[in-house]
Amino acid sequence: MSEVIVITSGKGGVGKTTSTANIGTGLALSGCKTVLIDTDIGLRNLDVVMGLENRIVYDLVDVAEGTCRVKQALIKDKRFDGLYLIPAAQTRDKTAVKPSQMIKLCEELREEFDYILIDCPAGIEQGFKNAIAAADRAIVITTPEVSAVRDADRIIGLLEANEIRNPKLLVNRLRADMVRRGDMMSIDDIIDILAIGLIGVIPDDEKIVVSTNRGEPAICDSKSVAGQAFRNVVRRIKGEDVPFISFNEDQGFMLKLKKLLGLKAN
Amino acid sequence: MLLDLGRIFGRSKRSKDVAKERLKLVLIHDRANVSPQFLEMLKSEIIKVITNYMDVDESALEIQLTKTKSDDGQGVVPALYANIPIRNIRKSGK
Repeated sequence: MSEVIVITSGKGGVGKTTSTANIGTGLALSGCKTVLIDTDIGLRNLDVVMGLENRIVYDLVDVAEGTCRVKQALIKDKRFDGLYLIPAAQTRDKTAVKPSQMIKLCEELREEFDYILIDCPAGIEQGFKNAIAAADRAIVITTPEVSAVRDADRIIGLLEANEIRNPKLLVNRLRADMVRRGDMMSIDDIIDILAIGLIGVIPDDEKIVVSTNRGEPAICDSKSVAGQAFRNVVRRIKGEDVPFISFNEDQGFMLKLKKLLGLKAN
Repeated sequence: MLLDLGRIFGRSKRSKDVAKERLKLVLIHDRANVSPQFLEMLKSEIIKVITNYMDVDESALEIQLTKTKSDDGQGVVPALYANIPIRNIRKSGK
């Protein structure tokens, strides 16, 4: 059975494209035939993050308009077995594709692929509507910042209004040291506010920049902590129960002191 | 350590708590989809009805959307908060 998963966030720059690249590569590495669709028409980037920018001939708009067959627009990633990309068009805008065309495309892709990952553009306009049109499930990305969490809340509301039930949250760029100091919202804080299930926590990791520079997803880097976190996300998507690493804040000086003096039970 | 001392003496609030509080408030408005105009309209309607029964201080009337614990005590629900200072209750109504 194949699944269409949209990766969305509302706010820009929180890591939708990077997450799509990593999760998609991880799914392919785990033996699932996967296609990534970049729906950010006019501002395409999944191709460069994946290092496939030199292989584009046809794009999403060509497929939607029937200029080419779906097969012709599929770029095969030669490094990973079973991984394909349909890039966005760069010289058009979001109105070049309609939700009905996305549904038709995904129906066709479902016959051949286990997972269809849709990289959603920022915003809640036409591009968002296209991206979610065919989705069975949604992963909402946020960072532990007020603006990103606020936008995630709006997106969760819109997904539910469009009958995409039970979206899952991916918290990106978490700084455990800042959470410990009480200078960054913890996972529990964010879950408390958004009230949805968690699918992953990606720690802030310099290696993401390095891997994006090279066009090689960090999930392949065994030393990258973000890569490890993405591998866990992939396992959870496939239905495995993978425990979360705790990134909670310190209990505070007084509480520690009281514990030390035996005034408070653990 | 310095930060901890500040907290002991109640001087600084952890920035993440500030973030969380601000978010909770802003989301109440976002989720309710309430504009300032909407609140103004509501306010004037409430004044209209209430002045039929009592004399209130319109300039001091305060109305806002806030949050309160839900009945089951589990979550937080939006609540309409109105502070209406009464000058004089009319004896017979109208």
